[in-house]
Amino acid sequence: MSKLLEAYRLRVRRKRKLLRAIRKRRELRSVADRTREIRPGDILCFTTLRNERIRLSYFLRYYRDLGVDHFLMIDNASDDGSREFLAEQPDVSLWTTPHSYKRSDFGTDWINGLLRRHAHGHWALVVDVDEFLVYPFCDTRPLGALVDWLDASSMRSFGAMLLDMYPKGPIDAVPYRAGQDPFEIASWFDSGNYMLEKNPVYRNLWIQGGPRMRAFFGDNPERAPALNKIPLVKWHRGNAFVESTHMLLPRGLNLVYDQWGGERISGCLLHAKFLDTFREKAREELNRRQHYANSHEYRAYHERLSKDSNLWNQWSEKYINWRQLEVLGLMSKGNWA
Amino acid sequence: MKLFPAAPSDPSLGVILLVHSSLARAAQVARHWAESGCPLVIHVDKAVSAQEHAEFRRALAGLPDILFAPRLRCEWGKWSIVRATQAAAEIMLESFPEVRHVFLASGSCLPLRPLADLRAYLERRPQTDFIESANVEEVPWIVGGLGQERFTLRFPFAWKKQRRFFDAHVRLQRRLGYCRRIPEGIVPHIGSQWWCLTRRTLTAILEDPRRREYDRYFSRVWIPDESYFQTMARLHARRLESRSLTLAKFDHQGKPHMFYDDHLQLLIRSKCFVARKIWPKADLLYNTFLQTRESQPCPSEPNPNPIDKLFASARERRVRGRTGLYMQSRFPAPGRENGLTCAPYSVFEGFSDLFTDFETWLSRTTGARVHGHLFARHGAEFEGGQDVFAGGLSSSAAVRDRNPRLFLASLIWNMRGEHQAFQYGPDDSPEAGHLIAQDPNARISVITGAWAIPLFHSSLNFNVIRKIAALRQRAEAAHVDLLRSHATRARVRIWSLAEFMENSMENLQIIADTISPRAMRKLTEAPRLANLAGFGKFLQDLKNHGMHPYMMGNFPPDNIQPIRLRPSGARPRIMK
Repeated sequence: MSKLLEAYRLRVRRKRKLLRAIRKRRELRSVADRTREIRPGDILCFTTLRNERIRLSYFLRYYRDLGVDHFLMIDNASDDGSREFLAEQPDVSLWTTPHSYKRSDFGTDWINGLLRRHAHGHWALVVDVDEFLVYPFCDTRPLGALVDWLDASSMRSFGAMLLDMYPKGPIDAVPYRAGQDPFEIASWFDSGNYMLEKNPVYRNLWIQGGPRMRAFFGDNPERAPALNKIPLVKWHRGNAFVESTHMLLPRGLNLVYDQWGGERISGCLLHAKFLDTFREKAREELNRRQHYANSHEYRAYHERLSKDSNLWNQWSEKYINWRQLEVLGLMSKGNWA
Repeated sequence: MKLFPAAPSDPSLGVILLVHSSLARAAQVARHWAESGCPLVIHVDKAVSAQEHAEFRRALAGLPDILFAPRLRCEWGKWSIVRATQAAAEIMLESFPEVRHVFLASGSCLPLRPLADLRAYLERRPQTDFIESANVEEVPWIVGGLGQERFTLRFPFAWKKQRRFFDAHVRLQRRLGYCRRIPEGIVPHIGSQWWCLTRRTLTAILEDPRRREYDRYFSRVWIPDESYFQTMARLHARRLESRSLTLAKFDHQGKPHMFYDDHLQLLIRSKCFVARKIWPKADLLYNTFLQTRESQPCPSEPNPNPIDKLFASARERRVRGRTGLYMQSRFPAPGRENGLTCAPYSVFEGFSDLFTDFETWLSRTTGARVHGHLFARHGAEFEGGQDVFAGGLSSSAAVRDRNPRLFLASLIWNMRGEHQAFQYGPDDSPEAGHLIAQDPNARISVITGAWAIPLFHSSLNFNVIRKIAALRQRAEAAHVDLLRSHATRARVRIWSLAEFMENSMENLQIIADTISPRAMRKLTEAPRLANLAGFGKFLQDLKNHGMHPYMMGNFPPDNIQPIRLRPSGARPRIMK
């Protein structure tokens, strides 16, 4: 009985989330709508951003090369030329909004609204501009091969943990240039300090760890940011992201892991957050207070980084390729061969 | 550029092509078969749109010896696919009298070797039928649990689209004890759907006087395309080789594996004639294998072993996973881990109290990574007092205690290949004590009562010492009870302090041997023993104050040290 009740409660939550998404869609103003060019079977990429001009060229190139067919992007009041740049791209549809990021549930409502309208029946990739998807065989097989295989395996979602990347030395020692591969600078990561816990209601795994937990949240690790992500989903108009891309409803979509001892397929989202751009960003976000839990995360960063901004240590691992992440056990091929 | 016709026409091999998706690729492959001189009969699924079908026909226009079978709507696991094959086979046999072998292929099959090779191969075996055909009662490969029952139950619901009804209906029939009669004279066999039969066998199957009866029966069997020809061939074949000439591999769910561009070398080396399924956008594979290669005929046998191995390891990864790894897509429920950690490790209790340099001595003698108290309340004491250890593990107590189980599993995983050892004692987190007791990989060596030695040396107020001693004794007693209980899966060795000291060198030898069993060297150096002069008296003092220490065994109050131990500060004594 209580199980039924729980299922019903989640259903109500999902419906409410969808209603919110529809309502919040009014906050978006179209800048360049090229969605008519979307063909059946296209892989779509959804992104919200604010003042990320310097990152955009590499971001678009990376995902175009992987095989994303169309980008649907939301600009949250950028004033650094991001909007103008994106509006010119032939495979980008762009919306803009001056409204509060926080009050749209950190962008989730906006994204859900666009997903519902444009992604039904498509594979949708939802990433930030500093997140770069790595999946098994990504150096030889395009994203299309992955989603075809997921389709054939009757899998509707694909998990990819956030892997925080950082440079060796102070994070602002080497400036990032527009168009550059950020992992030429931030090429290091923590290979084995991740804590996992199952969320009994949503059934997703809650993952914490990496350099952020180690360096910023050593005293209260439960506040460390969540690293579990489900960025690639075969979209149905009834789906909804709940907290960023950490979890979804219906909750069956969150079961991207095996519970019987085996391994399912998974990838990683390489996170190019810790570059020289970060300190500026952290200060800005601290002032805007538009982030989760009163931006306590950014406060922690600010505090630590003003003392010492080196995240590197002798156990840091230097990134080579997806096979390395697979061997280290950060992601898995599952039964894809 | 390919010149047409590329190969001399030799119509001894006919190909039936079943096509239902990726028609552009199917047309390419059909063209390849045809240009190599094979007569073709193509069945295009009725679900394919008229426009796509027309395009497909146009792409093949002008090629000789291509016929089209009447189109049926083929549903997975249903009879229609066999029906379509039968019709195509009839057309083939009737229209191409020179055909001696008929090869069944699909639009997503790709020939890997020049067809001349295949023809030569078949020419050398003119009477042989190549069809994988195994007695259903004797093979374990069936996915989904339906073996014999495929032949004795009824399946009105589609497995892919009406799964619930399908399963419920199967359960219902089982409960009712329903059982279809298998026609007399046939023994159900199953095997790969892709075969290559001789004209003689195929004709005999199609012209069998009881064919109507068999067809009626098989039309209600589940997945008849894997059993109809496989069973019938057993009735009519003269020389049956139970293997398929088509390389097709299935995963643990019965779904065919795909081949991609990065499999190119593997496919070339496999020397198989035909492979499926090929990902339709694998341009490199299609471009490579569809070139007509005017090479010398190569008589080598197909050898799919490396490919089998690749897919077997993928299956292993999916079904068993990597033991001791907890990650985003492997998070086993309790009891389903296939092992809590990935490698053996050692836990020492009391040793670093009894020996002042135990940790450095152990790492020197065995080469193991020796940590301090990993589960100390103030934080993890990693080797050499590092703040961060392998994989980025933090020494912070808060971070570690967020999930001690994963902390330990991660440590062992991160250092796989190197033996890990750490200290544990009654002051450490009791939860960790439970963890190690449950783990068959833990080798736990305990000297009970050794915790009293640091107290003996401490300059604390005696009342405080007394209290600490009581707490430690209680904690250790509980822990030792746990280690001795039947629930403990770790390998455990327990000595009392007195027992251990009676024969300390031999006991140390045992420990060293378990860590590096192959070395089996005699210990040449002992760790430095703590000063125990007056220890017996200290214990007696505790007793006199009402706190009875018993975990260390019997120490006479008159301060007699076990004779075989060297006194503190002396040169290490070399045992015989």
